[in-house]
Amino acid sequence: MTRQKRTHHRLKRAVAPYLYLSPSLVIIGLLMLLPMVTVIGYSFQNSAVLRRDPSFAGLKHYQAIFDDPVFWASLWHTLYFTCMSVVFHMTIGMIFALMLNSDRINPTLRNILRVLYILPWLFTAVIIAVIWRLLLEPNGVVNSILLQLGIIGSKVEWFSSPRTALHAVTFANIWAGYPLFMVSLLAGLQGIPKDFYEAADIDGAKAYQKLIFITIPQLMPIIISISLLDFIWTMQVFPLIWITTGGGPIYATEVLSTYTYKLAFSSYNLSQASASAVVILLISLGLTLFYIRYQKAR
Amino acid sequence: MRKRHTPKDRLITVALHVALAAGLFFAAFPIYWMLSSSFKSNTEIFALPPTILPKAFTLEAYAAILGDPVKLRFFFNSYFVAGAVTVLTVLIALLAAYGFSRFDFRGKGSLNTLIISTQTIPPITLLIPFFGLVVSYGIFDTYVALILTYLVFTLPYAILLMTGYLNTLPRDLDEAVAVDGGSSWTALWRVIVPISLPGIVATSVYTFLLCWNEFLFALTLTKSTSMRTVPIGIQLLMGQHAFEWNQMMAMSVLGSLPLLIIYLVAQRYFLAGMTAGSVK
Repeated sequence: MTRQKRTHHRLKRAVAPYLYLSPSLVIIGLLMLLPMVTVIGYSFQNSAVLRRDPSFAGLKHYQAIFDDPVFWASLWHTLYFTCMSVVFHMTIGMIFALMLNSDRINPTLRNILRVLYILPWLFTAVIIAVIWRLLLEPNGVVNSILLQLGIIGSKVEWFSSPRTALHAVTFANIWAGYPLFMVSLLAGLQGIPKDFYEAADIDGAKAYQKLIFITIPQLMPIIISISLLDFIWTMQVFPLIWITTGGGPIYATEVLSTYTYKLAFSSYNLSQASASAVVILLISLGLTLFYIRYQKAR
Repeated sequence: MRKRHTPKDRLITVALHVALAAGLFFAAFPIYWMLSSSFKSNTEIFALPPTILPKAFTLEAYAAILGDPVKLRFFFNSYFVAGAVTVLTVLIALLAAYGFSRFDFRGKGSLNTLIISTQTIPPITLLIPFFGLVVSYGIFDTYVALILTYLVFTLPYAILLMTGYLNTLPRDLDEAVAVDGGSSWTALWRVIVPISLPGIVATSVYTFLLCWNEFLFALTLTKSTSMRTVPIGIQLLMGQHAFEWNQMMAMSVLGSLPLLIIYLVAQRYFLAGMTAGSVK
């Protein structure tokens, strides 16, 4: 190769990665980063989107959000919904993973059950919402089974009674989300070296001791990173709640996403909705930083 | 070898199987109920006591869905949008992943962090500015609006997934092309793409599923019935005739078919796609 050719080649090598990345960066820049700046801008304007020349509003819309008891109720419901979901996703995922991993069941049964246990994962949030509405109808199958067993005395309106609605949507979400944990933990379990358990057997360790001192510590990295992701994603859940209860009855299941959506597209208060959206963004960003730091530390 | 024959041991095995059966009921009963209800008449769905198997098996709900051009349009829209986004995402993500995997350049680390962090941006935050943009560019209620917005959500993950896959391929392969005087572009298409098929399939599966399931943007950025996708169609069905439960279940079954088929045919790729974010 001549010198000129080599320089040319090196230049090409230096520019090439940026060229390959450019379509992605343009899309992420224009359709993700720019809108994020835009929504922050909206939150400081009066009549954002609706007027061509919106005036500056200062922190007015943030003030309005923080003065709104429904916002605080939504925040609380989001926290309850999210924490319960993550804890139960993890617990159920762990129990199912341990059961499926046991050498007491025959391999064919194991494979069949693995497919069936993943089932809830294969359904869209909207469909999950519709299924649970059918199951939990006042005249539906859940009520009639519970009545038969004598667990409840009369028909419960799971989704339309303020006392049960939040628990009911949380339950539906727990059902829908545990397979992520199960699948990941199952993969993790298969990665734990067998020697650990053999050494423990020689020392005469009991099953629960092996669980606490070997299995759980070995799975910890997976448990933490999936819990964080699950937390971030569950916090943003919209369709499940929108379709089962729509945030009702009387705000009983209002979460941050439905609260923001209603502000924007039912009351057309897009400025205030933007302020609320920015608050959600900040919470998510905080958690994301935490997640990235954790991933890097690993 | 463990002893298997003590009574206590046998008891544990039995208890485990009972627990497995309970788990199976928990996981599968709701889905079984959807399936069986889709073959029942509306009166039978709420029969007391509930009928586990449809007593009068009927396909009337499916006939009602498949015979209605409005509902078929929902399916067409979903397939079309998800298909288009999948093709675009895979192409764009492949290029970016190639850049990440095969080159060292300034800003690589921070760009990677940027892409990881964009995965967690709440959709509701982007919804309002998207709505503003879509209206001001006059693409409200069009496929373009849906395709562009979905692209933003599928791309970050797809890039990470593809990069992960390309990193598993030995560099010697494309370096051989460079030695022969070929450009990196030639190496990508001649060498990398043909052996990246598993990675491409996993990325496609993931992208397709994400688009197929999307609800919030489809709800907000489209308006006319002819532009609605399946998830919105199911919601509309619930609003219109709230008591046609068998049709809602039939539509849910039909709406779940692509996911079920992909899962059964390409389980490995499906799981790779679904757990992409959590296993690094």
